[in-house]
Amino acid sequence: MVQFNLPSNSKIKKGQYYKDKTGSKNIRKVNVYRWDPSKNENPRIDTYEVDMDNCSSKVLDILNKIKNEIDPSIAYRRSCAHGVCGSCAMNMNGKNGLACTKSHSELDGDIDIYPLPHLKVLKDLIGDLSTLYKQYESVEPWLKTTKINDKENIQTKEDRAKLDGLYECIMCACCSTSCPSYWWNGEKYLGPAVLLQAYRWIIDSRDEDRKERLKKVADELKLYRCHTILNCTNACPKGLNPAKAIAEIKKMLATA
Amino acid sequence: MSSYKIIDHEYDVVVLGAGGSGLRAAVGLSEAGLKTACVSKVFPTRSHTSAAQGGISAALGNMGEDDWRWHMYDTVKGADWLGDQDSIEYLCKEAPAAVLELEKYGVPFSRTEDGKIYQRPFGGMTKNYGNETVQRTCAAADRTGHAILHTLYGQALKHNTEFFIEYFALDLIMKDGACKGLIAWNLNDGTIHRFRSHITIIATGGYGKVYYSATSAHTCTGDGNAMVLRAGLPLQDMEFVQFHPTGIYGHGTLISEGVRGEGGYLVNSKGERFMERYAPKAKDLASRDVVSRSIAVEINEGRGIGKEQDHVHLHIDHLDPKVIEERLPGISEASKLFANVDVTKEPIPVVPTVHYNMGGIPTNYKAEVLTVNGSEKTVPGLMAIGEAACVSVHGANRLGSNSLIDLVVFGRAAAKRAAELVKPGMKHDEIDESETNRCLDRFDKLRNSQGSNPTSELRLSMQKTMQSKCAVFRSEKTLKEGVDEIRKPFEGMESLSVKDKSLIFNTDLVETLEFDNLIRQAITTMDSAYHRKESRGAHAREDFPKRDDENYMQHTLSWCNGSKTKINYRPVHRSTLTNDVQYFPPQERVY
Repeated sequence: MVQFNLPSNSKIKKGQYYKDKTGSKNIRKVNVYRWDPSKNENPRIDTYEVDMDNCSSKVLDILNKIKNEIDPSIAYRRSCAHGVCGSCAMNMNGKNGLACTKSHSELDGDIDIYPLPHLKVLKDLIGDLSTLYKQYESVEPWLKTTKINDKENIQTKEDRAKLDGLYECIMCACCSTSCPSYWWNGEKYLGPAVLLQAYRWIIDSRDEDRKERLKKVADELKLYRCHTILNCTNACPKGLNPAKAIAEIKKMLATA
Repeated sequence: MSSYKIIDHEYDVVVLGAGGSGLRAAVGLSEAGLKTACVSKVFPTRSHTSAAQGGISAALGNMGEDDWRWHMYDTVKGADWLGDQDSIEYLCKEAPAAVLELEKYGVPFSRTEDGKIYQRPFGGMTKNYGNETVQRTCAAADRTGHAILHTLYGQALKHNTEFFIEYFALDLIMKDGACKGLIAWNLNDGTIHRFRSHITIIATGGYGKVYYSATSAHTCTGDGNAMVLRAGLPLQDMEFVQFHPTGIYGHGTLISEGVRGEGGYLVNSKGERFMERYAPKAKDLASRDVVSRSIAVEINEGRGIGKEQDHVHLHIDHLDPKVIEERLPGISEASKLFANVDVTKEPIPVVPTVHYNMGGIPTNYKAEVLTVNGSEKTVPGLMAIGEAACVSVHGANRLGSNSLIDLVVFGRAAAKRAAELVKPGMKHDEIDESETNRCLDRFDKLRNSQGSNPTSELRLSMQKTMQSKCAVFRSEKTLKEGVDEIRKPFEGMESLSVKDKSLIFNTDLVETLEFDNLIRQAITTMDSAYHRKESRGAHAREDFPKRDDENYMQHTLSWCNGSKTKINYRPVHRSTLTNDVQYFPPQERVY
């Protein structure tokens, strides 16, 4: 018989409820996905009552407050705290983003915090990005040039401007993990983050490997699993447009 | 000690840290054919190099005449003569080639009209030995660090560097005063890894998180510095902590000096451009210690802005919005996000914020770690680079855009030196188990802490003490109080509470290990500051307002065992590396 329900260990249970101890009148309920690989237990949702009168403006501030003042066991990645390192990508009230740049005032009602969707969870909010990193490596993200001299490459301002909107990518994976095509074919489809990076090198006027690079991504699965759903562009916390980068690659292939 | 699964590795060289300097070293080592491991607690592109904004200095002369000797003079003066001039010569002379190499690697530098690397003015960077402003800082808009970091990671991939990512380093393995490798904890599966190596290169960055308000990332905890202290070796010039003049008020996010380089300026509550009074020539582009002190004086004398009169304003609203869009897009974004300010219409509220550690692991210009035992000598098998190191090229105060160039020049130098010292496949020494046991005893003890003081409370107490007692201005009184107070959170560790006992991504334990690292550096910083009774660069003593070259043209060395420190000094190198340039004797430092 085909099994249509989820395996029992994947079901999310109700977890602990941490009542406010500060007596604050300005409380927000924050629901956080928890899973500990060292315990043989189902994932659960813990709920924390957080005193918002003494909390800075971002979702990361809430998480830090929970970790520092309520429950030190909660695990998440974070580093720069201002949207450049890409560590704290997670799903907040159903949308991917960076916890350090997302204002909690923009979120309605209780706040639900989950790991990025469709990744293997390593612990709590920490997802396994190793597949994405391998795919990044596969597009050979380095300049290929045969010019060996001690002078700089000359690049016009116009050519340099073609890299704007691409080189800023912080590889947080918000886009790829919001993409249904990447959910279903994540092993083979490169996904928006990696394709945007591929295009960053394809379009660099200093690179001499454009043809080869295009040939390498021109693949039914690697590239053409993009069905212009545009979740990626909607998700990007840096305001980049991976869908457009993918469309540009397709256009270059079609007109080559 | 409970039993941990230990996995052994042998490498020619191990690089600890995967920011700008660690990656540049790893690339050079792999190129030289050495079997290299790069160990990092975060994925390489998450390293804090990504936050560097304004640019990387090098006398390329793309935007007018320039000379590496002028760059050297500026750096010596910026350092308030505490820098070692042999190292500074090396830095400035090698800088142009290092930047061109980055360009060849693919860094998307902004461009001039004729397609060359764009360079902008920066604080303290001058023409002809202090005469007028020069455009020396090479920029990729205001995301230069990000661009360099991602490019270097690509190069490391190209050269098949072996990465050990999300491994938290615990301690160095020492034998008879030489370093033989390190021990790290793999957060992904909870195993302990022992790396044997002929050379270990520490590239773990700064320790800004000893302060409450810093532009530093949460991960800037100076883990390598603390490993060096635990190995019985000294740190150098720890009292020199740079306050960046323009952190966003209330949040601490960095607003690049490039903003002032492009024409931005500071004003107080009276609307005065007050920098004209403190630095008549350089004004808003004086070096960072000078600008930070000036802001602090304005605030202390009641000319601060806001309800609490505790910050000043940075204006760029007079600039052409097109210039802002092209050259300063990142700070527009940050100002919107963290100060709710539209920079084309309103000023940014800013305040001096902890930003950089000039101090760190003492090295020579080849990146070899130094100690003093009678006389100055190198520690076999150990190197340090980047913000973790104190070469010392930044002396008492670093110039903006000299940190990124430091990363690549000395990352490259370390790889070169390692390739001279190590031949591929050399045999490894036997190491006694006692080093491993000592390391895992500490790990196990912290992990099983059952006391009542949460790490977060001890950390907060340390950060508040550093913020109030070891700030922009210091005095005998504040520092004496600081020396006593900073030991309290250390003592608090006797009754530490660690709730999570697991081994996979136990971030409670990671933060505890990081605190154990931070508190040792906080203590050495406070004690070093207390003992330096002069004002020099970033170390401003209200009770000793003058520089004292007679007694303090010396690097502070501080050893730390538990909460006990030993302070000693070694003379600043008073000669250059070659005859290409003359030694710059100390002068009065005015901008």
